[in-house]
Amino acid sequence: MKPIGRPGRWLIILPPLIFLVIFFLIPFVFAFKISFAETATRVPPFTDVISFTRDHHLQLTLTLGNYRYLLTDEVYGVAYLYSLRTAFFSTLICLLLGYPMAYAIARSPRSTQGLLLLIIMLPFWTSFLLRVYALEGIIRDNGFLNTALLHLGLISHPLRIMRTSLAVYLGIIYSYLPFMVLPLFATLEKLDATLLEAAADLGSTPRRAFLDITLPLSLPGVIAGSMLVFIPAVGEFVIPSLLGGPNQLMIGRVLWDEFFGNHDWPVASAVAIAFLLLLVGPIAIYQYYNVRQLEA
Amino acid sequence: MTDNTERRSSAALLSVLFFGIALLYLPILVLIGYSFNASPLVNVWGGFSTAWYGQLLHNRQLLQAALLSLEVAVAASTGAVVLGTLAAIALVRFARFPGRLLLTGMVNAPLVMPEIITGITQLLLFVSMMQLFSWPHRGFTTIVLSHVTFCTAYVTITVQSRLAAADRSLEEAAMDLGASPARAFLEITLPIIAPAIVSSWLLSFTLSLDDLVISSFVAGPGASTLPMVIYSKVKLGVSPDINALASLIVCAVGVCIIGASYLMTRTDRRRALEAQLAGR
Repeated sequence: MKPIGRPGRWLIILPPLIFLVIFFLIPFVFAFKISFAETATRVPPFTDVISFTRDHHLQLTLTLGNYRYLLTDEVYGVAYLYSLRTAFFSTLICLLLGYPMAYAIARSPRSTQGLLLLIIMLPFWTSFLLRVYALEGIIRDNGFLNTALLHLGLISHPLRIMRTSLAVYLGIIYSYLPFMVLPLFATLEKLDATLLEAAADLGSTPRRAFLDITLPLSLPGVIAGSMLVFIPAVGEFVIPSLLGGPNQLMIGRVLWDEFFGNHDWPVASAVAIAFLLLLVGPIAIYQYYNVRQLEA
Repeated sequence: MTDNTERRSSAALLSVLFFGIALLYLPILVLIGYSFNASPLVNVWGGFSTAWYGQLLHNRQLLQAALLSLEVAVAASTGAVVLGTLAAIALVRFARFPGRLLLTGMVNAPLVMPEIITGITQLLLFVSMMQLFSWPHRGFTTIVLSHVTFCTAYVTITVQSRLAAADRSLEEAAMDLGASPARAFLEITLPIIAPAIVSSWLLSFTLSLDDLVISSFVAGPGASTLPMVIYSKVKLGVSPDINALASLIVCAVGVCIIGASYLMTRTDRRRALEAQLAGR
């Protein structure tokens, strides 16, 4: 077989490579640089980090003030911890709900699996913003849920769900559940059914067989699904902004306010860089399991 | 395993599945129901009406934003399909090249990167580029560039898996018969991965149409996409015409996605059938 010529190869490799370096990678370099700048009343609203003096010497004007500010102003710590906690518990609930769903799909006849997966995936592709808005229609004080419960006489006062942490949890679970089901299904579907039969033949109860065989073998799916829910949930902006109240301060919202409210670009950059560094760990774990799963 | 416990656990699993599906669909169905409510009050049913749909046609702000969003989505998904397909070919066909690891990382990272971080960093890039090169002006161009970035990731993943599954022996046979590698690829492999390309275009289109966070950062003061207008309206409170608009978008996107997945499965089935007929 003739290999594709070298110059031809680079015609294929270079366009996406260069585009992504410029528009995905280099932006982080600029954010890193600007996180050491100071705010200034001009356009763009920050001082130059790198400049040339009159005698053409390169001059670096760095300030660590933004990072110090993150450590001293407790809003950031509180928001970061609240984001982590919210993302963690929503991921856990997604897992508890998504696992049986994925298991049921994996055990259903092959002909209906495709349809069920499409049903699960359809909401994921359907406008995220509009789905959060649709959920608001359910949990509002005069929304569908309260109207139905009042009508049935189960409650005498509308339940207050909007602007609470419960609303944020519901929003994240509702929005990210498909992310959990898909990778779980992918691992559960590959599971060798003869292993379970063997276990049953050897006298193992279904519960034992599930705990000893199914659960450990589906662990890559559990981890991939959890990462797919956890990472975007930590950085979530739309859900706490539309469903949460002033106390549901997640880091994405703080970033947004810092940028659009306070116009403090350097602090926003510092928050973004710090947040990114604190996320690199989970992403690395996710990639590790992702690669291992692909190799399996 | 006794049949009884087996049956009971199956029933439990299925009920969780249906509960989950109901959870996913109930809000959307209720929203569509609201959109036909004649009363502007959300908790009062005032009879069936399509008035809110009619009102949409007279809302210039919404129509303008919708037009901008559609233009952005067409441009971004087309650009992303070109770059993403090239990236997929590079990653599947070229086992070793300098920058392979970098490319792999850059097509996977946007999938897990919080949008808000991508948005801020890309805005900082565009602002710095403006300082250095007086280009690009914030608006249509910057929105398209940032949408191409994250859509490329989705296209690459979709096309990559299809390309990896494609049988290379046909292409090799074509080359043995004297076709150039480029011609063999275009005539043999491209038709095989075409459904993946079409469906990833549709997926990119819906992703771009839906994006709020990244667009808000990079759009600049002059341009507003549809999600940006919807967000600011929703933030102020409920508006019945948004219910109508949301129902329209949800249905349109639903049709696109079902179409995309139908395309993928139909060609899969046809190929399986052909393979069977060929006696493999």
